[in-house]
Amino acid sequence: MSGETSTIDKMVEQKYRHGFVTDIDSDTIPPGLSTDVIKAISLRKNEPEWLLEWRLNAFKHWLEMEQPDWAHLKIDPIDFQAISYFSEPRSDKDRPKSLDEVDPKLLETYDKLGVPLHERARLAGVAVDAVFDSVSVGTTFKAELKKAGVIFCSFSEAVQDHPELVQKYLGTVVPQRDNFFAALNCAVFTDGSFVFIPKGVRCPMELSTYFRINAAETGQFERTLIVAEEGSHVSYLEGCTAPMRDENQLHAAVVELVALEDANIKYSTVQNWYPGDENGLGGIYNFVTKRGDCRGARSRISWTQVETGSAITWKYPSCILRGDDSVGEFYSVALTNNYQQADTGTKMIHIGRNTRSKIISKGISAGHGQNAYRGLVRITPRAQNARNYTQCDSMLIGKQCGAHTFPYIEVRNPTAKVEHEATTSRIGEDQLFYCLQRGISEEDAVSMIVDGFCKQVFKELPMEFAVEAKALLEVSLEGAVG
Amino acid sequence: MSIMLKITNLHATVAGKEILKGLNLELRAGEIHAIMGPNGAGKSTLGNVLAGREGYEVTQGEVIFNGKNLLELEPEERACEGVFLAFQYPVEIPGVNNTYFLRAALNAQRKYRGEDMLDSVGFLRLVREKLEILHIGDELLHRAVNEGFSGGEKKRNEIFQMAVLEPTLAILDETDSGLDIDALKTVAEGVNRLRSKDRGMIVVTHYQRLLDYIVPDKVHVLADGKLVATGGAELALKLEEQGYAWLEDGGIATLDAQSEVQTARP
Repeated sequence: MSGETSTIDKMVEQKYRHGFVTDIDSDTIPPGLSTDVIKAISLRKNEPEWLLEWRLNAFKHWLEMEQPDWAHLKIDPIDFQAISYFSEPRSDKDRPKSLDEVDPKLLETYDKLGVPLHERARLAGVAVDAVFDSVSVGTTFKAELKKAGVIFCSFSEAVQDHPELVQKYLGTVVPQRDNFFAALNCAVFTDGSFVFIPKGVRCPMELSTYFRINAAETGQFERTLIVAEEGSHVSYLEGCTAPMRDENQLHAAVVELVALEDANIKYSTVQNWYPGDENGLGGIYNFVTKRGDCRGARSRISWTQVETGSAITWKYPSCILRGDDSVGEFYSVALTNNYQQADTGTKMIHIGRNTRSKIISKGISAGHGQNAYRGLVRITPRAQNARNYTQCDSMLIGKQCGAHTFPYIEVRNPTAKVEHEATTSRIGEDQLFYCLQRGISEEDAVSMIVDGFCKQVFKELPMEFAVEAKALLEVSLEGAVG
Repeated sequence: MSIMLKITNLHATVAGKEILKGLNLELRAGEIHAIMGPNGAGKSTLGNVLAGREGYEVTQGEVIFNGKNLLELEPEERACEGVFLAFQYPVEIPGVNNTYFLRAALNAQRKYRGEDMLDSVGFLRLVREKLEILHIGDELLHRAVNEGFSGGEKKRNEIFQMAVLEPTLAILDETDSGLDIDALKTVAEGVNRLRSKDRGMIVVTHYQRLLDYIVPDKVHVLADGKLVATGGAELALKLEEQGYAWLEDGGIATLDAQSEVQTARP
């Protein structure tokens, strides 16, 4: 059986295909973190006084906080003074008004990544707000969205154009002191996306943002805020890749979702940041706080994530089910290969009556990868008739990887019904041989088996995204065979 | 008819233990051979060795299949050359649609043989045709490969795959195990419909009852890693009647397939 193991090992040692660096001069604030740096960021972004105060307040909290160590992760110490907290392409000084004005090199980068920025975006009916390092460079379909009353812009633009909305909702889902990395983000965030769907509006298209970390030694701190007013619907897609790097890059984003009465938010992520090389050198630290607040009755928030990248992933997209009859969902595929580590899952906090949540988690570990599912289901005393269903499956490929499951269930209401199912399986020699015996190649067999394993999650993704996600898993697993 | 499969002095080990100890077999196109024998004789090992499963190491001997050295080929190449193994325990692949799986398999084989890939319309037509021949419904098509299938459904699915893939050599590894009599009949009927002058079959079984429905051209008795007796269908009946124990005290050696069973006492 040793022969098979080595074949699988070869297959999972697929090179990272998006490893290249775009040669664009960046205007970067020197490394270090202090109130001066925060003031400099705020000044460059021409922010109102209240926002600067907000940042400085968060920084004060952060200084008193400590990096959490409860996750099933091995993290080398991070020198927060060695990180540069602001970088933008130099061409930002005359900010492009349309895609035609965007630095062609940048567009070329997106081409290499297969980002459907213009034609393909138009054909697919997708509006793309591309974030390159810390500044948004191009936004499409603004006019059409405007007609529907939808606001979809970079966070910086929102601060300038819709400060009252930003001020009303910013930090109301993830408080500044929520956790160490969220506090850091509050202090130094540079850009991200802002979405506002007014009452009763069904967003006419999928909203999509591609993120990309580029300048060396630059942590990226995105801030995303999505507000869906009463009875509105929106589907938001986030996908990302990063160029090859040797230094670990810190990425600490915060995403806040607010769903008012009868609103529906679907948030899908395909994450493919540089995972480090096959010896575990380099790669992105992805420490993200994502949380949705089902604030209104009958509101619904659904998270779908496909996580294949990053050296370390620490991420728990969560739902606070505050409104009565509100629904929270979490669908996740997390793949760790080589020396990647992931500690990911969700939190479903049931507060309203008749609230329902569903968690489907699929963890795949290959190489020396370590994959942990950590999920909290909390039923508070008021949450009459709350329901939760959790299914948590792990697949192991090879013999050096690990899968771990940490479910936390807190029930304080006797009417609650909470179900938890968990399985762990090894991609079997049996399954592989069965496919081979029918004439299917080893490589195709592995991706077929993995696709099948992830099917429940993939079917939650919008069509084009599902295709991309499937391809991504194949890239991450296919290898030198054949 | 020409010899399709010629196995000469085959020795094979599993986890360092010798299981096959000099097995010889010749199979002509159009023939069905039954291989019977007590538990642990090496019956399943033979199928796995021919299909190229990892962990089954050939230490000596030769297998020539349609003029090619079978043992030099990868498992998927053997499949594409037309070797089909109906599994004793068909494997579940959750989330992978049965039809999708079978189409991927068929197209992989067609590609190997330099034939055009079948599109989904063409494939579905083929599938309908085969279902009709086998007299089985289409309820298996929409489910994941073997997932949640009953024992009978799994075996029927194997026969269905065989019908679609149209192998030159089919090895049925204890296809009767775990089946009630009705399921056994359905499976056997399927196999009989797939009998053809171009196809050879090796039916591995522990019990004679399968051979009431699939009548073999030859019956071999495998004991302790070797074929120790060969005869016509009546040999199976004799085994049924007397059990495998008589092999041990008898030490038979009958190698003329055409003649009746002869027992030679030393």
